[in-house]
Formats: sequence, structure tokens, C-alpha cells
Amino acid sequence: MSWFKRLLPAAVRTNGVPKKGVPEGLWTKCDGCGAILYRAELEKDLNVCPKCSHHHRIMARERIESFLDENTWHEIGTHIEAVDHLKFRDSKKYKDRIATAQKETGEKDALIVGRGNVLGIDVVTAAFEFAFMGGSMGSAVGERFVQGINSCLEHKIPFICFTASGGARMQEALISLMQMAKTSAALSKLSAHHLPFISVLTDPTMGGVSASLAMLGDVIIAEPKALIGFAGPRVIEQTVRTPLPEGFQRSEFLLDHGAIDMIVDRREMRNTIARLLAKLMRMPVPLERKIN
Amino acid sequence: MNLNFLDFEQPIAELEAKIEELRLVGNDSEIDISGEIKRLQQKSSELTRQVFTNLTDWQIVQLARHPQRPYMLDYVERIFTDFDELHGDRHFADSTAIIGGLARLEGQPVMIIGQQKGRTTKEKLARNFTMPQPEGYRKALRLMEMAERFHLPIITFIDTPGAYPGIDAEERNQSEAIARNLFVMSQLKTPIICVVTGEGGSGGALAIGVGDRILMLQFSVYSVISPEGCASILWKSAEKASEAAEAMGMTATRLKKLGLIDQVVSEPLGGAHRDITVMASTLQKALVNNLMELQHLSLSQLVEKRYKRLMSMGVTKVQ
Repeated sequence: MSWFKRLLPAAVRTNGVPKKGVPEGLWTKCDGCGAILYRAELEKDLNVCPKCSHHHRIMARERIESFLDENTWHEIGTHIEAVDHLKFRDSKKYKDRIATAQKETGEKDALIVGRGNVLGIDVVTAAFEFAFMGGSMGSAVGERFVQGINSCLEHKIPFICFTASGGARMQEALISLMQMAKTSAALSKLSAHHLPFISVLTDPTMGGVSASLAMLGDVIIAEPKALIGFAGPRVIEQTVRTPLPEGFQRSEFLLDHGAIDMIVDRREMRNTIARLLAKLMRMPVPLERKIN
Repeated sequence: MNLNFLDFEQPIAELEAKIEELRLVGNDSEIDISGEIKRLQQKSSELTRQVFTNLTDWQIVQLARHPQRPYMLDYVERIFTDFDELHGDRHFADSTAIIGGLARLEGQPVMIIGQQKGRTTKEKLARNFTMPQPEGYRKALRLMEMAERFHLPIITFIDTPGAYPGIDAEERNQSEAIARNLFVMSQLKTPIICVVTGEGGSGGALAIGVGDRILMLQFSVYSVISPEGCASILWKSAEKASEAAEAMGMTATRLKKLGLIDQVVSEPLGGAHRDITVMASTLQKALVNNLMELQHLSLSQLVEKRYKRLMSMGVTKVQ
């Protein structure tokens, strides 16, 4: 304990436990190492901590913006929205949950898809918005995903998807399960047309999204320390009643077990994916660029 | 309490017990009570009909999990001939939760694949409570690709609480195993008929559930998560399972109305377990009819139709 803390009465001390919900401001605390970071600096580094390389979760739109070349983004399927077909209601109506999520995130649903360039390579990119109902996959996500792939088929260009999702959207019940089949079928078609699919797993990629589109990449990349798996760790712990191994269901664990091709730092994502795609598409070496 | 009856069937159970008692008395005494027995039997089936026309979704979930419910092999032995079970995924292990092999349906060779439940505790353990390990999906995939190679139709039987939430299942990447099946089944050049016979539980069910025809037995269920799981996440209490079942709409009739399945195969009065022979023969007819229809299509038509159907899944609004 620092001399300063020792001076404080016990009730005021925080015991070094990071406080949740630090107000938005100039400074922010790293979730990984607790370092106090200048927010603008952190954002310039794509929300990767310069001290410990902890990858903070980022919004889908931020991710796309930092991934694609400037002014090349054309969004696809913006008109597609979710419907509360089953009039599903738990403690809240599904309809209200959608409305709240839309207001909070500024997105229509949990997936944004569009066409753009990465180091000059024409691609379709999709990104899950985890802040929208846990990035859960329902009809709107499935349909947008398919329209993205259809655009790839039409223009003979590769597909890239950044996942961040808790899984299927329970409020759409069996219809959401069927989105697993739908998106996988579309990827099957993409593959039959010899167009590459690069799947990037970010924190977290779980459940029905993991057990469908996410694991079907020709190349599967993960961001460091992302939680990736089918069943949630808590459910597994309750079922098998033994402590989970260290680092279980993290990117590094998946790499060790042969489930993914590589772990890539967010700041190197553009260069890595462009390099891979250029080879798969038999194009010349792309000009690598530093971020910022 | 008779264990073959569920809670909501207790009035029927009581009546049946009375009939049984009378029958025993009748055997010993001179008085002819056969008329009375007949009257009570009529009353019992009337009562059964009444109970079974007003089942709640939760009661149907219970029927789908009935301890006496026929399991895959009960159907295999009644519907197919010449069954040769094939084992193993060729990589790691053989799954006991998903089984498969070659058989004949009215003489025609087919590949059958499905989830087999255990009836006794020992059997249940041996089959991992029918929560398939990744090897199960991979064996299924191997058999399906073999079926395509030899131009054999595929029939799958779905009856699982869901995928296995185990450390080893994750280590061996069950996500990929399920995903790969969805990927391959969507393009497989051979007819695929899927039947949900009991519980269609989430990814574990869907992993052998992509096909040209999806059938469900009348009192089977199919959902993205178990009602208990859904309730504990959304209602924060597994006790609310019956509400969750209702909200998700997981019964055969409701899913048929939503257009997510093709056919509801009716069960004998009181459920499949009351008369397995009748159930099996109804299902056999349904399988034969569907297969005949599918075999009228060329393989490219078949795959195109399957793809279109998958693409049509989902309800969205266009702004």
C-alpha cells in the first residue's frame, strides 16, 4: 500500500480493485494492467494498451473504420431490421430490447456489413456489434451476413468477418438456431466459388456463432486472449464440477489445440489479412502500411 | 404412482389402476364385470383424448423426454432391415451418443444416423446422456459423405438435450465439428430427411438437422436452448422453464405454423410410448413418402431447393 493510501480512512480505500464505470473523460484505465492511459492515445492504438497489449473490446464501426482504407466503405443491407415475430417476452419484451439496443448503439442490429478496400484489395467485411444484445445472431444478422456473401459472389471478392457474440439470439428461438445453418450454407457456396473467407475471432466468440460461421474460415485468426468456445465456461464448470484449466477457451489455448491458424495483434490486422488475401487471390504483394 | 404416467396424466393413471383392480377381481369371482371394465376403458380413452388435446407446451416437453419414449434403435429395428452399424470418426474415438450405419428402408439401401438415448442409468452414462462429443458429429459427417459417394439417401434421427458442455469437447473444438456439418450438409448431393423424435436440443441437434425435409413427431420439441437454460438466462430462474417453453414455441405444431419444419407425424393416443409399433409404422410411411418425392428431383434441383430454403429462414423487416 502506498503511503498516500495509508493516510486514507479504510472506507475510502479501493484496495487496488479496478473500479467499474470510470466516467468517460480524458483518461481511462486499462482492463488488463490497470495502467492509467490517455484516452486519445489509446484510441490511436486501436484500443490496445501500449503497456500490456491488452485488447479492449471495440465497437463494430470503429473496427471497420480502422481496418479498411479511408473512404472506401459502402454498407450493405442497412435496411434490414429484426422483427419480434414470436411476440417474445421475458422480463422485458423483445421489441423493447431491440429498441433499447438500437438507441444505445446507434446500430439497427448486431451485425454491420459492407464493401471496402483493405490495402487496396476489394473485400466485403462484416463485424459483430457486441454491445447490441451481446452480438447475438437472429434473423437480421443472418440476412445481412448472407447479403454480404452474395455481394462477394457477385463481384468475385473475398469475405472477412470479425465476430464478437454470445451466440444465437434466444428471443428468436428456433429461427435463431436456423441462422447457424443459413450462414454456414452461404459460406459453403462462397467456398464452392473459390473465394476466401477470413474469420477473425475477437472477444468473445461463443455459442451458435462460434459453432457456425466463425469456425468456417479458410484462415481463422484470433485476437490475443479472446474468449472463444461453444459452451460458456460457467456452464462447463457446473457440469463437470472440476476447475477449468488455466487459459481455457482463450485464443492461446485454441492455437495450442490446433483450432485456429494464428493470433494477430489488432494493430497488425490490416497488414496480415491483406498479405494473406493477396496470396489466396494470386495478387501482387500489397503495400504494407503502419496504422495511424 | 405409476412411473409410466406423467404428472398431468394422473387422472388417467388412477382410472387405469381401477380397471386393473377390477380385472383382477373379475378373474377370481363369479360375477361378470366385463361390462363395467369396458365402460371404464372407454372412459379412460375419452379422458386421455381430453388431456391430450389440451396439452401445454411444457407438458409436451415432458412427453418428449418421457422415460418410456421410443429411442432411435427402437425405430431402427421396426422401420429398417439389415442394419449394419458403422463406428468411429477415424480421428479420435467412437461416439456412443450419435450412432449410424447402413440399412434398408423397404429394400432400398440408406444411411441412417441419429442420437441414441440410454434408458437405464448405466446406459445413460455409457451414452454420455446423449450429449454428443465432437467425435459424434465427425462420425456423422464421415457417414454422410460416404452416403453421398455411394448415392444413398440419408435419414437422421434427432433426440438430444444438446451438445456436451465438457472441457474435452471444447479442447477438440466442438464448435468446428458442428459448423462443418452445417457447411457440408447444405451442399450434399443426396436426399436428406431429418426427423426429430424427442428432444431437438440446440447445436447438438442442428449438427445432424440440415436437410431437404424436416419432420417432427407430434410430441417432440426443437429449440435453440433448453427451456431450463432459457429460463435461467432470461428469467434468472430455471423454475420458469414452462414459461420459457411457451415463449419459445418449441412444439411440432407451432414450428410447423412458423414454416420451420415440413411435417408433423402424428403419434398414437397418449404418445409414442403407448404403442411403439403403430408409431413406427406411421413414421415409416412418412419416411417412404418423403423419400419418394425427393427422389423425383435431380440432384442439382434438390441441392438448389435446399439452399433456397435455408436462405429463406428468418423474419426481418425492411425499412
